[in-house]
Amino acid sequence: MGNRVAIVGAGMTKFVRRAQETGKELSFQAVKMALQSCGMKMSQIDCVALGTAPDTFDGVHMKGEYLSDGAGCWGKPYMRSYVGGGTGVFAVAQGWYHVASGMFDTCLVVCEEKMSSYQPHPQGAFLTIFDHTTERPLKPNLLWIFALEMNRYMTTYGLRKEDIARVAVKNKNNALLHPAAQIASEVTLDDILKSEVLAWPVQRLDVSPVSDGAVAVVLASESVARRVTDKPVWIEGVGWALDTAYWTNRDLCYPRYVEEAARMAYRMAGVTDPRHQIHVAEPYDPFDYKELHHMEGLMLCGRGEAPQLTADGVTARDGELPVCPSGGLLGVGNPIAAAGLMKIAELFWQLRGEAGKRQIARKAKRGVAQAWGDLMQVGTVVVLGV
Amino acid sequence: MARKTGKLKAERSIEAPPYGAVGHGLSDDQFHGGAVCTTTWVADARYAWDRGVAMGRYLQGLKQGRLLGVRCDCCGRTMIPPRVFCEQCFRPVDGWVELKDTGTVNTFSLCYVTWDMKRLTDPQIPAVIEIDGASPGMGIMHLLGDVDPEDVRRGMRVKAVWKPDEEREGAITDIRYWKPL
Repeated sequence: MGNRVAIVGAGMTKFVRRAQETGKELSFQAVKMALQSCGMKMSQIDCVALGTAPDTFDGVHMKGEYLSDGAGCWGKPYMRSYVGGGTGVFAVAQGWYHVASGMFDTCLVVCEEKMSSYQPHPQGAFLTIFDHTTERPLKPNLLWIFALEMNRYMTTYGLRKEDIARVAVKNKNNALLHPAAQIASEVTLDDILKSEVLAWPVQRLDVSPVSDGAVAVVLASESVARRVTDKPVWIEGVGWALDTAYWTNRDLCYPRYVEEAARMAYRMAGVTDPRHQIHVAEPYDPFDYKELHHMEGLMLCGRGEAPQLTADGVTARDGELPVCPSGGLLGVGNPIAAAGLMKIAELFWQLRGEAGKRQIARKAKRGVAQAWGDLMQVGTVVVLGV
Repeated sequence: MARKTGKLKAERSIEAPPYGAVGHGLSDDQFHGGAVCTTTWVADARYAWDRGVAMGRYLQGLKQGRLLGVRCDCCGRTMIPPRVFCEQCFRPVDGWVELKDTGTVNTFSLCYVTWDMKRLTDPQIPAVIEIDGASPGMGIMHLLGDVDPEDVRRGMRVKAVWKPDEEREGAITDIRYWKPL
């Protein structure tokens, strides 16, 4: 399907609570590192796919265009996509079809987020996702949706809080070896369970932080990829799908939209048995329960089985199926669009054997990255392989 | 394809992930002590939302103390909140159905913070409530009340507590909250 497309370079800034740099500056640094990693110059880039969240965060209308100079868009075909939290993985799918179509030989994918500008708390920027007639008069809080989903997941499978909190322990500890991580820490299960209750069952340490940061990757056609690197990482499959925006009518226990997106990407990649053909996974983990939800939606295990795999250490960095070896959003940080692209970058480094101290123990030839967003109803999936 | 070794140089010199001395964090003191520029401009953005056909009738129902849904004869679903189309069959719905003002708690939360992270002593109890008379899984978001937070359970049967007739204005808040049945 389409021409072959590879990722040939990646770079990222540190993720921090508040960056001194502007969004343009963060983007510029990430792009510079990505180009440097594959020895390419901006003149060799044919087009740019940019992902960045709502204008509301920055208080800048047409934020993509505002960022564009720092993201290398000057004088080039440029396209901005935004599908909420799903953006970072979707931007790679968007870049993929620019190159797979044969229209371009190279595409730079840049994702940036600077959440710290919004005061007093960026959560305010999200409140308008609730329906203005049926929900906003109830003065909802964004945490409600996640707490309601998490509780539904727990009660459906009879899970205890610790079954879910183990994900936060794993990811925050994994992030200790990530040089760009914001909130890596040696937390224990007890720390998570004793952290402040925000919206039961969601506690402070179940949640990823507010972050600033940028990530960039370079996509290339097969002929260019073979010329610039000995280790291209191929985009084997891309997929995305939406569920209904009437979120209170959805199955809050199972992300069907992730399954549909995964089926699309797996079909393209020739993956028929994801449990055995996927060797490393970076599912979206803004909350600890979401990693479990998404592992099930990605069909890496059966429904309700992800907590047991986590408890058994299967998803640890040295496990049989490492999940979020980067440290994920819970450990590295969550600059919305950039967080998803960080997952793609992590798979790029893991599959090339370049993840340094974070390198997973098992041999990996194929990985899957996934993100989630919009009105909590979009699944975006990319399968990478070497 | 073979490649000249000289080109590997760039790759060799890069740590994974490659990151430079960028992404400098600011401390709280720096942030609040004037190290960043802030603006206090308040955007006076006003929106006049049309209720639309389906929602208009729904709100009219609420004013009369009734919960209304719609049905699609193609997939057989009875839906709430109402809509003029069935998004799954992608055709107009076939009619209105009066539902009961009772339901079952699908899921709930005990929320101790406001949207800007200020603490609440008494939790708000948002819930998704599956409405009696609608198809299974058809819920709406609302609040629970008149109940000890400790006692709230998934599967709990609840009933709407309406504002008195004269206070109802055709809004979702015409239902104050839902209490155990």
